Amino acid sequence: MKRKIICLTLALLMGLSLLAGCGGGSSTESGGAGGANTGSAEDGGGSAAGGEEGKIINIYVWNDEWQKKFNANYPEVKETSNDLSITYLNDGTEVHWIINPNQDGVYQQKLDEALTKQASAEADDKIDLFLAEADYILKYIDPEVDVALPIDELGISPEDVPNQYKYTQEAVTTADGKIRALSYQATPGMMVYRRSIANAVLGTDDPATVGAAVADWDKFYETADQMKAAGYYMYSGRADTYRVYSNNVSGPWVQDGNVVVDQNLMNWVNRSMEDIQSGVTHNTPGQWQDEWNKDFGPDSKVFCFFLPAWGLDVCVKPNVDGTSAAEDWAVCPAPQNFYWGGTWLIACRGTDDPEHVKDIMLKMTGDTAILRSLAEKNGEMSNDQPLMEELAQSDQFGIEMLGGQNYLGVLSSAAANISLANVSPYDQGCTEELQDAFGDYFNGKIDMDKAKANFETAIKERYPELAAGEVIWPDA
Amino acid sequence: MDKKNQIKSVSYAKWGYIFIAPFFITYAVFSLIPLVDTIRNSFYEYYYSGLKVIGPTWVGLQNYISLLSTDLPKYAWNTFVMWILGFIPQIAVALLLAAWFTDTRLKICGKEFFKVVIYLPNLIMASAFAMLFFALFSNAGPVNSILLRLGVVGEAIRFMESTLGARTLVALMNFLMWFGNTTIMLMAAIMGINPSIFEAAQLDGCTHTQMFFKITLPQIRPLLTYTLITSLIGGLQMFDVPQILTGGNGSPDRTTMTLIMFLNKHLQSKNYGMAGALSVMLFIISAILCFLVFKMNMDDDPDGSKGAAKRARKLARKEGKA
Repeated sequence: MKRKIICLTLALLMGLSLLAGCGGGSSTESGGAGGANTGSAEDGGGSAAGGEEGKIINIYVWNDEWQKKFNANYPEVKETSNDLSITYLNDGTEVHWIINPNQDGVYQQKLDEALTKQASAEADDKIDLFLAEADYILKYIDPEVDVALPIDELGISPEDVPNQYKYTQEAVTTADGKIRALSYQATPGMMVYRRSIANAVLGTDDPATVGAAVADWDKFYETADQMKAAGYYMYSGRADTYRVYSNNVSGPWVQDGNVVVDQNLMNWVNRSMEDIQSGVTHNTPGQWQDEWNKDFGPDSKVFCFFLPAWGLDVCVKPNVDGTSAAEDWAVCPAPQNFYWGGTWLIACRGTDDPEHVKDIMLKMTGDTAILRSLAEKNGEMSNDQPLMEELAQSDQFGIEMLGGQNYLGVLSSAAANISLANVSPYDQGCTEELQDAFGDYFNGKIDMDKAKANFETAIKERYPELAAGEVIWPDA
Repeated sequence: MDKKNQIKSVSYAKWGYIFIAPFFITYAVFSLIPLVDTIRNSFYEYYYSGLKVIGPTWVGLQNYISLLSTDLPKYAWNTFVMWILGFIPQIAVALLLAAWFTDTRLKICGKEFFKVVIYLPNLIMASAFAMLFFALFSNAGPVNSILLRLGVVGEAIRFMESTLGARTLVALMNFLMWFGNTTIMLMAAIMGINPSIFEAAQLDGCTHTQMFFKITLPQIRPLLTYTLITSLIGGLQMFDVPQILTGGNGSPDRTTMTLIMFLNKHLQSKNYGMAGALSVMLFIISAILCFLVFKMNMDDDPDGSKGAAKRARKLARKEGKA
């Protein structure tokens, strides 16, 4: 008898485990019934405000940068879970963070997967908010694919955020005249340099003098030769100068189904090769890797980096905190104007928490107090033009890392002149593939023609829709 | 009478079917349907442009034709080179270790300990192992710092930037991960050989080398075949180690790009048509390879009688014709 019972139990267990796989499917139905009152938000999207709010807000991000800023500044935040994956709000709503790294398009892949399942996902599993960068934001705000809620459907009008830099709204205004994303930052670039090396080589670390020594590319390379003679490197690697070149191109990457490589990008290739051979660069193969991080550190011999304001907090700080290089920095204008990145918040079509999303977007991108705190505590260049101009003039504003220097003075004039007219949905892919394909060229492994061929192969693999077109190289 | 007949006709066969049904159902759901789907996809133009779906439109063999114009043979060669670079030391070291560990006259102490140690690398996830090697051999990594500090090299060796360096690292990792596994399997095979054969050989004055080549090797041939086939299939599927070591680019100059990494490139761009076509090709290639290896190693004529009969038949036919 006993044996029979054991047999039966085991058989039952086996049966159950077989069925367990199907469990997810069947529970969706019951969940669907429970979440029926959020149906209006799912179908209409526009009528979102009428529906009942869900209890879970899902936010897709690629690192913890914005998550930290949110946790520290959003007024409704009550506490976070120990592993930081959940932020609890005062009204009991949970913010769930879904983090996938940006490199190699992983973030976009995971986001795309989730977006295709958005319509059938349970209310609590739907994406409510996601972040996107300048390099690929056009893919997501495309009115045809309709995954981004226009802000007017959330009940936000441009008048609610009057202080934002105009370019941050123009860049995300689509052909139908609607704005589908809001940004909390402006991202003009600057040259961040090491005071100790400036003192040793140029005799002073004064930003005005150093700025004059790198005022254009010719002067920049004169200074670079001095650096080299003194045993230092001017900059870390070719990826550092890339943005300065790629932001000064004459047209977008993809035109009429063809990939057009701009003359200025080839200038970057040639100049980088020259610098590698002459040894003014440390020849770090790329960014966001160990070698590059070490170049920020206290033992590094690298003089300068090209970064936007967010770079101070994200790139410099983690590598120098608590070391002798922690306050060894200053900024001045780069030889050419450029910008890098820029993060926008996008409300996702089908969100079941439109009120929360609206509030988060409004507060995080439009609330002057929060934007001021981002600038003061995180070294952010916040998306509030009057505030930035005020701080730029202020004597009190300055951050310790820069020895108290007010970096906004360097940036605020540049920010007003940024234009994202030449961005395309293909920027991230083209940038990564170009840098990878020419990486072997820079290492002396292949010649220029092979590098070009490898770039063409890689681009056509990455974007099947471009396979029929050509890759057009500039003449020189 | 009737009752008796009824009892006789009770069939227990259906229970057999019921008990094996779970396997076939799972197989159909998780393997067969995706397999058929892959083959179907390979005849369609079907991909995503951003978030927009293009297709599926029937294009016949177009995907296969455009695949043949890519560098597919080069990627196949890369895969083969990295596999063989890892496989040769793997099988050699595994054979040696297996022979030592099973030798009754050699008294190796701590045998069990070593068995565990050589198997350990296989327990680490391949991707974690690749990450580890990436960090160890990076330009500013510990291997380079040690070499620099010892004065062995003047400046850091850029391992990952040369074809030889990158391929060797991949092969080294595959070797380290799998030689323990192979050793354990070969040991099992060797211990399965009847000890009396060895005893007889010893009595006849066989040397160690003779015993190894004349007794051990022929006796474990079926298992060697098995190892070769599984390693070959594993080699064809080589992916995670080079993918992570080279950041998915197969750098330098795509010389460490394996077939599956190439497949992954298409999957990453959500190009299901091309990915399907490539998968079907890989399927055919592995089928052919397995068949060849199997034929090569399977001795279906151990005493030569079949061959003799064949020759005799041929001769008889010839004579009959003449």
